[in-house]
Parts: sequence; structure tokens; C-alpha cells
Amino acid sequence: MTSPADLSVVENEAGQALFDDLIAKDSRIEPRDWMPEAYRKTLIRQISQHAHSEIIGMQPESNWITRAPSLKRKAILMAKVQDEAGHGLYLYSAAQTLGITREEMMDQLIEGRARYSSIFNYTTPTWADMGAIGWLVDGAAICNQVPLCRASYGPYGRAMVRICKEESFHQRQGFEILLELMQGTEAQREMAQDAVNRWYWPSLMMFGPPDDQSPNSAQSMAWNIKRFSNDELRQRFVGMLVPQAEVLGVTLPDPALRFNEETGEYDMSEIDWTEFNEVLAGRGPANAERLRRRREAHENGAWVREAAHEYARKQAARAAAEVA
Amino acid sequence: MMSTPGETGTESWPLWEVFVRANRGLSHVHVGSLHAPDSDMAVRNARDLYTRRNEGVSIWVVPADAITTSDPDAKGAYFESPAGKNYRHAVYYTKSEGVKHL
Repeated sequence: MTSPADLSVVENEAGQALFDDLIAKDSRIEPRDWMPEAYRKTLIRQISQHAHSEIIGMQPESNWITRAPSLKRKAILMAKVQDEAGHGLYLYSAAQTLGITREEMMDQLIEGRARYSSIFNYTTPTWADMGAIGWLVDGAAICNQVPLCRASYGPYGRAMVRICKEESFHQRQGFEILLELMQGTEAQREMAQDAVNRWYWPSLMMFGPPDDQSPNSAQSMAWNIKRFSNDELRQRFVGMLVPQAEVLGVTLPDPALRFNEETGEYDMSEIDWTEFNEVLAGRGPANAERLRRRREAHENGAWVREAAHEYARKQAARAAAEVA
Repeated sequence: MMSTPGETGTESWPLWEVFVRANRGLSHVHVGSLHAPDSDMAVRNARDLYTRRNEGVSIWVVPADAITTSDPDAKGAYFESPAGKNYRHAVYYTKSEGVKHL
């Protein structure tokens, strides 16, 4: 007789074979397909962290909504922050298809058990930071995200397609803010350069540790979740920045940065990974503040969620009573 | 037949699947899902979440658990019938090549 345990082994083997075949064909895995537990876990972690980053990422910019220099800039900034909320929601929905609930993800975030992109733990003291975030931070995000549109997990890839479409406006508006400042007064040019100085290195760190120190990358690439290595993407990003910096008239704060004809790549100074690790470990300029605000917003919104839930329950009960 | 992914009994708000009609004359197309307490809120949230750039003129929301889908593991067998029946496609008929309006 075949025991249930034997059956599940047979099912797993058949599932694994189908999964391997789909990955080998560079096809997509959909929510109810069999998938290895490690694949599911990796995706839940990556997609929820990505969603958290979008949600936390609203804070550094919302900081400037009330003080944006014109009504137009205010409207643009609000649209951008609203997009980020939207991106977070697309991604939370995609993660939910893997079997984690929205509540679990929220709890992980506000209890400090989940990670989000370290970049959002930096502060935004000047208006030029809005420009530098759009140009450098969103630029790096796009570089990372465009290949994710082809991620092997269907719902993730589809969410990324939507996000990338919307993200390109973010980068352009940032570039435009910096360009306007660079065409302004001496003080405005200094402000723009100062923001670029502060955001350049953190934006390069967004691609993650160097390839030889990125233990999970190989598996993610084998699963077609990740398509290019951290260093490849970082090189690609710098290659795009250099001519853009010339148009802006800003200096990228790396004296060693130059194109190496022999390697076909940019030589650059060593990235300060100590700083990266410090911020990652929660000791960045604004880690505590970001989480505190997120927690407060969540707790202050509790009564709204409860009221909506209760209203829905009453309406459903009333409708049921009318039918009866 | 199985329920739809993402629909779990442990969520306090149900998951909704969102369909948007881009223009009159086109069908509603699935654009994604969202989380909302009831259908009214789901439609409002869908407007804010999926039509911020004039993507649509009409929205449908469907509770994810109301959708019945075929079993993905039975893919091969379940969709076997059309296999080998390429005579159902116009391109199967090649003798009329060169003849006008065919």
C-alpha cells in the first residue's frame, strides 16, 4: 500500500520536475504551481521587502510636500508619493499570492523584523534632495527593477512592469529639479551639488554587496528571479550617470571614477561597506524615525480599518436578512 | 477545482481581483488584485490604485474566492483536446494560396 507520505514524495518529485522544466524554458511560475519551499520563501522575503521599501520610501519625500517651492512641484511630489503607495500595494498583493497575509507583512515591518531598502534611512534636509532622490535613487531602482519585469514568478513580474512604467516619471522629475537648480544662483548650484554628494554613494550601495560577497545571488539567478549580478547592474548604472551628470553640470563625488578602455568598465573607488552595514543593522541616520512613523500611522489608522470592516459586516448581514 | 491564490481565511479583509476596461468597445482586462473590506471600497481603491493615469473608463471587482479555476497540475490532460487539431486554424489549408479573398 502507498502511504500518504509516499504520495507526497511522488507529488513533490513530479512538481519539482515541472518546475525545473518551466525554469529551464525561461517560462513563468504562477501562484498555484508547485514550487520549492525555498523559492517560495525567497520570493516572499524579496517581494515583501520591496513592498516595505516603497511604503517607507514615501517618508523622505513626503517631508517636502508642504514646502515644495511651487504649486506645480507640490502636485508632482504628491503624485510621486501616491505612486509609491501604489507600488507598495501592487507588491503586497503579489506577495499574498504566495500564502503570506497582509497582516503578517505589516506586523513584520512595524515590529522591526523585516528589512527595507537602506537608502530610505537617509534624511532629506534640502529641496535638492528631492532632485537627487529622483535622479539617483529612482534611477538605481529602475536599473534594478527593469530586469525584474522578467522575474520567473508571474505576479511579481507583472507588478514590476506596472511599477517600471510609472517609475520613469520619477527619475525625470528628479533630473529636472536638479537641472533647474544648476541653472539657478550660486547657492542653488551648491545645494544641488551637495545633494548629489550625499546621495551618490548610498545609491550605488542600493545594488547590494559586491558579487563575491553576495551569497544568495547565485540561487536567485538560477531561479531566474535575478537576471544580472549586483556589480553588473552597478556598472550599468554608473555608465548611465556619467553623461547625465555632464548635462546637469554636477560632479560625481568619486575622484577615481574613469572609464577603463581595457576592461570596458568604469574604475571607481572602493565603496564604504562599513557604512552600508551600519545602516542595514539599523544604525543609519533615520532608521528609528522611519519605523516610528510607520508604526504610528498604522496604529492611528486602526480605527478606520476596524470601522470599514464592521460596516462591511453589517451591510452583508443586512443584505442577507433582506434575501431571507 | 480550486480557490484562487491569495485568498486565505485568515485575512480580515478579503482579496479582490480587479478588471479594467481601457476604452469603450474593449473588454475588461485583469490588472491585478487588492485588499478591501467590501465591494464599494474595492471599487474606490481600484480607481486610486489602478487608474491613476487614465488607464480605464470602467472597473470590475470580483472577490478572489468567488473565482473558480481549473487545476494547474492537470494542465496537459485538461487542455489536450485541441492538440493535433490544427485543421481548426485557417493556416492549415494551404491549397488556396494565391487565390484572392480566401
